[in-house]
Amino acid sequence: MSFVFSRFTPLFIVSCLCAMVLATPVRAALTIEITGGAEGAQPIAIVPFGWDGPAAPPADLAGIVSADLYRSGEFAPMPEKNMVSRPQEGSQVNFADWRAAGVPNLVIGKLRASGNGYVAQFQLFDVFKGEQLAGYSIPTSEQDLRRTAHQISDIIYEKLTGQPGAFATRIAYITEVRGANAKSRYSLWVADADGYNPVAILNSAQPLMSPAWSPDGTRLAYVSFERRRPEVYVQEIATRHRELVASHRGINSAPAWSPDGARLALVLSKDGNPDVYILNMRNKSLLRVTDSPAIDTEPAWSPDGNSLVFTSDRGGRPQLYRVSADGGKPQRLTFEGDYNAHGVYSPDGRSLVMVTGEGNRFRIAVQDLSTGAQRIVTDTRLDESPSFAPNGAIIVYATEVNNRGVLAMVSVDGKVRQRVTQTEGNAREPAWGPRTNRIKP
Amino acid sequence: MKMYAKLLASIVPVVLIVGCTTTPKVAEKSAPVEERAAPASASSAATPAPATSTGVEVLAAPDKGGFKGDPLNDPASLLSKRVVFFEFDSSEIKDDARPIIEAHAAYLAERPKVSITLEGHADERGSREYNLALGERRAKAVQQLMQIKGVSSKQLDVVSFGEEHPVALGHDEAAWAQNRRVELVYPK
Repeated sequence: MSFVFSRFTPLFIVSCLCAMVLATPVRAALTIEITGGAEGAQPIAIVPFGWDGPAAPPADLAGIVSADLYRSGEFAPMPEKNMVSRPQEGSQVNFADWRAAGVPNLVIGKLRASGNGYVAQFQLFDVFKGEQLAGYSIPTSEQDLRRTAHQISDIIYEKLTGQPGAFATRIAYITEVRGANAKSRYSLWVADADGYNPVAILNSAQPLMSPAWSPDGTRLAYVSFERRRPEVYVQEIATRHRELVASHRGINSAPAWSPDGARLALVLSKDGNPDVYILNMRNKSLLRVTDSPAIDTEPAWSPDGNSLVFTSDRGGRPQLYRVSADGGKPQRLTFEGDYNAHGVYSPDGRSLVMVTGEGNRFRIAVQDLSTGAQRIVTDTRLDESPSFAPNGAIIVYATEVNNRGVLAMVSVDGKVRQRVTQTEGNAREPAWGPRTNRIKP
Repeated sequence: MKMYAKLLASIVPVVLIVGCTTTPKVAEKSAPVEERAAPASASSAATPAPATSTGVEVLAAPDKGGFKGDPLNDPASLLSKRVVFFEFDSSEIKDDARPIIEAHAAYLAERPKVSITLEGHADERGSREYNLALGERRAKAVQQLMQIKGVSSKQLDVVSFGEEHPVALGHDEAAWAQNRRVELVYPK
């Protein structure tokens, strides 16, 4: 399969990505396309990987890596038809060819069968210096081939941009599919960050809300209305085992794991109105963090675990506040506009992403915590549920397009935009999972 | 507000008097409803009627002979309205909602064995968790008014569905206005 990438013809690129979807045995429930802003992307040549084995290779690793890097908006993979040679090993590389093509970086690799699995090897070169920047040999298996390709993308991305990639990660989200009888079916999904390998871990006839990843990526906390009221469950992804962790009178919602995974911040209205509490997951003790007659909700932990940001309308309209994880007097963080909600810290703790409302437009904004300056990064009108990729470079969020709830992604500077299209129903409340088995370049 | 108060003043007495002549057939449909608690005097239940209720114009008079059955099922009664609406990001009871809530409060106050669920809802705008909290606040505003009007807290269950159960699926004010609501749900 050949890839033709041109940053000036996005429609054509979309059709190529769709072709890739059809060509692979692993179903994608989500299709991701760039809808804006890949200008200035850096050219890179990713040569189709060699394959030592009978029949066709079990996966097109170079194709997966190309698609990853392209979607980041920071790279423009060279069309395969423009490649003057197809080296598979370092000794076959003629740097002069690639210099002449104006490509600063080159990736080559090979996949070979080994025992019951495979070994993927690749090398990344600086074409102008004629130097290897990275070279790895990664043992893998049939079911992990896509993940291995994403790990290769992560290494290349980190070597060339200086910041870690977030390709070998997963996203949880909720879908609602309305049946012919007007009854909805709700599902909680976990999929690779590129939309492949979607797995529903829960189906329900009642709404599901607010999925939250445990920091080790093994469990999800969420809100389920299965007993006709909002209650918080924790479910292990691998075993599907689930536990009801909060079922007090009133609202039980908005779970958020502490960075050490030992505590779950959540919102309970058992004492009259919604306040933020912290549930100790070991001894199940509850600590009340906020106490106001207003709505306090949507707690999110600072990366150091010392404080929480939350939404409160104690000042009349919803705004973001910060409070120590031990409680105490909250401090207001947002002052622009009359609706700021769903604040989440960036992984470096320096900024917050949030939903900001202006009239009937609800968009995603990023606020620098040192200057207080707020920047709107989306241009749709019913945006909600922003979640940072673990590298802090991309924000996934939910919006509405043509009367359908869809997921979308935007780079933190607002320049690169991607739309994610699911096969059916409404998608909402994306939560980007942690990076769990990172290979450090 | 005044108009509704007048309307209520005109309807409630009729309804309550009719309530005494309930036919058992209809009553069976709503099993937990205590029928025999209807008041002896109509005036005691007509609490919302203001002093200025002279010259009342009867707008929705039932057919001659009146509605026979549980007043809950009388299409001409305010009790037939089971939904009240709210402004954006507000849980303030609107003037046109008050008579409806008060009519149900009067009905429930006379029937302490009947309990209902107040389901709070929000429109889709803004954050889902905030909307869940807002739905609860709306339901509690209705609950509070009903308690002031003599309904026991034991009769009122509050639950919020936030923006998760819209009745109108559009993405404009017409749809949003229908979704910002509290539903008064009687047992089936």
